[in-house]
Amino acid sequence: MKSLCLLVCMAGGIMGTQYAEAQDFVIRGATVHTASAKGTLKNTDVVVRGGLIVAIGSDAGSGARVIDARGKELTPGLFGGLTDIGLEEIAAEAQTVDSTLNLKSPEWDQQWRPELDVTLAYNPRSFVVPVTRIEGVTWTVLVPSAADSIIGGQGSAVVLDGRYDAALAGSRSLFVQMGAAGARVAGGTRAAEYMLLEQAIHEARAPGPIGQGALLHAAGREALTRYLTGGRVVFQVDRAADILGVVTFAARNGMKPVILGGNEAWLVATELAKANVPVILNPLDDLPLDFDRLASTLENAARLQRAGVRIAFSSGDTPQARLVRQLAGNAVAHGLPWESALAAITSTPADIFGLGATHGRIAVGRSADLVLWSGDPLEVTTLADQVWIAGRQVELKSRQTELRDRYVEKVKAHQAR
Amino acid sequence: MTTGTVRTKMNMLSRFMLLSSVACAVSGALASEPFPSTYQVPASPPVLIQGATVLTGTGERLEGADVLIANGRIQAIGKGLAAPSDARVVDAKGKWVTPGLIDIHSHLGVYASPAVKGLDDGNEATAPVTSNVWAEHSVWPQDPGFEAALEGGVTTMQILPGSANLIGGRSVVVKNVQGVTYQAMKFPGAVYGLKMACGENPKRVYGEKHQAPSTRMGNVAGYRQAFADAQDYQQQWDKYNRELTEFNKKKAERADGAAKKSKDKDAAAEKELMPPSPPKRDLKLETLAEVMKGNIRVHMHCYRSDEMATMLDVADEFGFKIVAFHHAVEAYKIADRLADKGVCAAMWADWWGFKMEAYDGVQENLAIVDFPERSCAIVHSDSGDGIQRLNQEAAKAMAHGQRAGLTVAPERAIRWLTANPARSLGLQDQIGTLEAGKGADVVIWNGNPFSVYALAEQVFIDGALKFDRAHPPAKPRSDFLLGRHIAEAPL
Repeated sequence: MKSLCLLVCMAGGIMGTQYAEAQDFVIRGATVHTASAKGTLKNTDVVVRGGLIVAIGSDAGSGARVIDARGKELTPGLFGGLTDIGLEEIAAEAQTVDSTLNLKSPEWDQQWRPELDVTLAYNPRSFVVPVTRIEGVTWTVLVPSAADSIIGGQGSAVVLDGRYDAALAGSRSLFVQMGAAGARVAGGTRAAEYMLLEQAIHEARAPGPIGQGALLHAAGREALTRYLTGGRVVFQVDRAADILGVVTFAARNGMKPVILGGNEAWLVATELAKANVPVILNPLDDLPLDFDRLASTLENAARLQRAGVRIAFSSGDTPQARLVRQLAGNAVAHGLPWESALAAITSTPADIFGLGATHGRIAVGRSADLVLWSGDPLEVTTLADQVWIAGRQVELKSRQTELRDRYVEKVKAHQAR
Repeated sequence: MTTGTVRTKMNMLSRFMLLSSVACAVSGALASEPFPSTYQVPASPPVLIQGATVLTGTGERLEGADVLIANGRIQAIGKGLAAPSDARVVDAKGKWVTPGLIDIHSHLGVYASPAVKGLDDGNEATAPVTSNVWAEHSVWPQDPGFEAALEGGVTTMQILPGSANLIGGRSVVVKNVQGVTYQAMKFPGAVYGLKMACGENPKRVYGEKHQAPSTRMGNVAGYRQAFADAQDYQQQWDKYNRELTEFNKKKAERADGAAKKSKDKDAAAEKELMPPSPPKRDLKLETLAEVMKGNIRVHMHCYRSDEMATMLDVADEFGFKIVAFHHAVEAYKIADRLADKGVCAAMWADWWGFKMEAYDGVQENLAIVDFPERSCAIVHSDSGDGIQRLNQEAAKAMAHGQRAGLTVAPERAIRWLTANPARSLGLQDQIGTLEAGKGADVVIWNGNPFSVYALAEQVFIDGALKFDRAHPPAKPRSDFLLGRHIAEAPL
């Protein structure tokens, strides 16, 4: 009996913390940055019920628990960029890293595994999850990579509230490494990236017996095929010529391309706008770090936006995904309109990953992923005061805040003596 | 107006000379320092910056204040200063003025952009102790990172070897000025630093080669043996110097005696008076001997608090001082001890988690380390990106300190980027604060520098305007970047 109770109680405990009922409440009187066409609404109420935003207006939501937000600013929960949160605890410790497939196949006998979905390795109990969400970052997109193939595999958006079923439906994407980094595993030339991609697509479209030298297994053919009819494919690529190459290649093969990196994207901004291809970039990248990125500039984001290209921000840094606001603020300092910068870490990435109808905006019917800030949300001296994910309040605690509390007390006590 | 102690130019000059002569006193083998600086303070007209919010770096904040620069130095700070007739007057109402920023942990030039093999010159990872190598010999002055850092207000930096080795080599302190050679950037009279490294990097690099060190205890054995060898080396030089003195004395006596007495002296005794032969110079041990004499300052890459404590004991054992722990991700755990020992901690605002020894990073590290009396908290970059935004790093740390009940005002936080790094370099009498007599390294910001929107508008080094955002240079400073605009434009 006792052991049964223990099991049941434990299960109850887990379920309890994981699926605690979302509270109904109204956030009263905030400056609401909707990240939608409605822009910023002053002194506005946002009503949350059942984990969703159900009303936005003035004197809305009477009767519900009130959160006084006068003088504070409200944004949608932020996008942490393309990361390995929950796939990587400590990058330098291989046993804690699940983001990279390494089949150790030789260049001349490559194994491509587009069927790999790295979302299956996601650990919602990672310490990185609370560290990230208490800074207002409520979701990220998981990026797979492969050590010996330009096809990294698939990854999905996940919500950072600690639930096990964290993947957001419809966000799954295929990831491809192009440029110099891709050339290293494609046989030494970036031209071989297209050669191998053409081969894989041929195998997927005209399946026959899997012979020697085939890139794909049956499951891989099936997986790749899904991306040849409008599937979202994220190409990691920086050089202007390669970006155009990818756009052309994707159009010819029925893929919906997303450019990741895009340091030189501003050089082909007009073409990207015309093809309606979005770019996920790090606006702080301004050094010519290699010969794919000689034209890097702090004005990349502003120039792309002016040309009409949809942009989203990502540093790609897993432990520092929380710094996405700093990326946005710096883009503003270098010419990007403030609203576009906010959109680049909220609504635009949601749209890019097929989540625009449920996430990324403060709008009726959207998930109540909300952050209340002490001041300008893009300012580095502003911190999150309250965070909600799907209507559930995030306790602003992590392993780091516990370390902080222990040692702040110690140093204060020492000085008091 | 109060700007703390006002130093005369003469006073500055004498201190400067003292530093130079100390740096020259090597193990007895060298007459003068090799690779001398060729940097010259450029002639530039006086500048009067008017009506700014001035963070002096001494802990003060002055509103509506003027800063007068001439002859490469700060001449005066105060309200309503008169402009010399030939002065350029800058209206700085609504703007903020700070000392030039100092980054004591840079790898610009040694790990340059582009990060290609041909420019990969930061780690001599062929032996765990390479105190014989000098970072300056790897510095590529054309690294585009230098001008990017200048646009972020950085006027002085210490360039270090990497952290693959227990003892990585000598650092070099440079002014962030354009130079075809590194000697043209080298900070005149700056004392050398020695880069040492704790923890995971050395044990990983050499452990993977199946050689020592492969553990932290191997690391400590490595530092201790190196300094023990240097003690032995110094003893050989001390012995030689004693013998040389003795020889010179005898020679003088004999010359004296020869002049007085007759030539009936024993011929064999004459022959016995041979000069001692000097020990062979060992560049590794020579540097370490200079460290133990206090002529080279130890800057140590160290993440964990327990390892910092171990290294403080190693330094005591061999009688040298560690001036700063770099990265110091766990410095907050021993903030009081570091302050008591007068050791600086150079930190990021929030880097953490990328390796086990960085797992305990907290965003309050700077604020906690800053809290005790006599503390020395420093913001450093270790990054070509971070060095462009040191002010934002400080701003983030201020915000998190505030939330933890450790309020740091802008006039204090600016010291993390100016006065404190200057102190760790031993250059506190020359740079790091805005005080009459000091070198005129000055930044005019478009607003409060502790903001994501802040940009450096004008950057002065020794009174010369090196960056002006309103009039950006027509051509990049780096030779490497020339031709970029031609290649980017199709016909």
